[in-house]
Amino acid sequence: MQDPARSVEPPSVSILSHGMLGYGFPLASLEEAERRGFALLAIDAGSTDPGPYYLGSGRPFVSETMVKRDLDFLLPAARRQKAKVVIGSAGGAGTAGQLEFVASILRKVVAEQGLGPLKLGLIDTELSKPTLKTALSEGRIRRFETRRDLTDADIEEATHVVAQIGIEPMVAALADGCDILLCGRAWDVANVAAYPVLLGHDRGLSFHLGKILECGGQAAVPVEGSDLLMGRLEGTSFIVETPHARKACTVESVGAHTLYEKSNPVWLPGPGGTVDLKETCFEPLGTDRVTVTGSRFHPAPRHTVKLEGARLAGYRHIAIAGIRDPLMIRQLDAVAEGVRSRLVANLGSTVAMDSFDLRFRFYGRDGVMGPLEPTPMPGHEIGLVIDVVAKTAELAETVCAMARSLTLHWAYPGRIATAGNLAFPFSPADLPAGPVYEFNIYHLMEIDDPAAAFPFTTEVLP
Amino acid sequence: MILSEIARVIRSKNAGPFLVTFDIIFPDGETLDRVRRSDTLTSQTVARLYGVSANEILDFAYYPMARAVKFSMYRPHPSGARFDTDVYGAQQHAPLLTLPVSMVS
Repeated sequence: MQDPARSVEPPSVSILSHGMLGYGFPLASLEEAERRGFALLAIDAGSTDPGPYYLGSGRPFVSETMVKRDLDFLLPAARRQKAKVVIGSAGGAGTAGQLEFVASILRKVVAEQGLGPLKLGLIDTELSKPTLKTALSEGRIRRFETRRDLTDADIEEATHVVAQIGIEPMVAALADGCDILLCGRAWDVANVAAYPVLLGHDRGLSFHLGKILECGGQAAVPVEGSDLLMGRLEGTSFIVETPHARKACTVESVGAHTLYEKSNPVWLPGPGGTVDLKETCFEPLGTDRVTVTGSRFHPAPRHTVKLEGARLAGYRHIAIAGIRDPLMIRQLDAVAEGVRSRLVANLGSTVAMDSFDLRFRFYGRDGVMGPLEPTPMPGHEIGLVIDVVAKTAELAETVCAMARSLTLHWAYPGRIATAGNLAFPFSPADLPAGPVYEFNIYHLMEIDDPAAAFPFTTEVLP
Repeated sequence: MILSEIARVIRSKNAGPFLVTFDIIFPDGETLDRVRRSDTLTSQTVARLYGVSANEILDFAYYPMARAVKFSMYRPHPSGARFDTDVYGAQQHAPLLTLPVSMVS
């Protein structure tokens, strides 16, 4: 859908995208991208994919060394191009602490390389408990893929809650003249689309280009390692191309990427509306580029942002062991149940039974697929992970040690090998695995004015 | 024939922390069409494969644009939750590899 307010076609805009800050890219790709020229460098720095730990703990997903390596090359290139830089989902989950983690690396790179003065914009998307409780009491929080309503207890339990913002707060910051814009949790599409939309480009095409570019080099073949990808918006179409000399963007690679990580590939809902690809047309342009037309955007009647929150579920302790005895392998579940009942009896009244979870993960049978496994047939050896999550690290360690010891010596019916049932690869056999978090908030929050709800701050990097 | 002899890509991946989504991509539109007409790759056959009811298979569809079949389901446990087995959801595709497909010409 063309923006009706725009009658004059905006100038074409070239975009360079990096799909994961800190994962690296071939330097030759960056050199070629500079030769072709770009006006925007869009970088995705996070995802929910690595699980709830990074949101729950607030620890960065990628190390400072890795993030700085990428920025050491990308920021000077963007300065030479006089390109805007937009980075979304800072630090992995986009918490306020992770935003500051990446901001401090940015400041360091700009100072070390003398790239300033530059105007840095920051958009914090972490939400406070009072803000969330107000929204909940006003009926502005909708059920989403957790399939249950949000409660005050969820908000109270969450260690961090972030909102995944769309383009509006970014457009406001870019309109204010930010050279580098760093955001907390953001729709990966928005990192690419905010600047083109500010310039007057069509939202449907800008968002669809964002969807294709968000994983960096994944939409080019052959897919090998992390890489950069380029796009150019040209009024009623956009082009996708790879700066890598031995890769190509094909109708198939670009079309296939449109499927990735989404439940419905032609209807992509996001903050503020939905990208509609039903009429989208992919056409080859030469041998290594693709032209895309026909993608449309339907604004939602009410603007929503997705909320992501995680709570501490407990502390994990694990033991890893191999099982090779076929008599034991035939009775895995019976052994596990026997150990569990004995453990409960031994702990007796000293420990509340709901203060820990004990699980036997049998790799080689159904360790990967659990209840979805259609063929839970054990192989000739089994990898056992005794997995304990408890309210305290000490209790997890105690229960794990007890379960490991009971399993090692369990006298199952027909046992011939009376010395021990487990082969431990390590000493100690038990390992602390730290705090365990779980996503407990994954809901939609209605907001009236997204730019006002997530205001930007600026600073000048000298 | 089995699906891995016909499809070029068979994969699973998280679509957010609560859903896992499956992509089956064929080499060309004609193959996709033959598989569709065989009636052996349907929401019912994949539901049977994963031991779930057909209404738990979400958004099952053929997409000629991408020469692909796609469907999703809720994960037994959310990504990274205590009892989860596959944080990225990247190894849930395996049963599809050997799904029998009776191709018609």
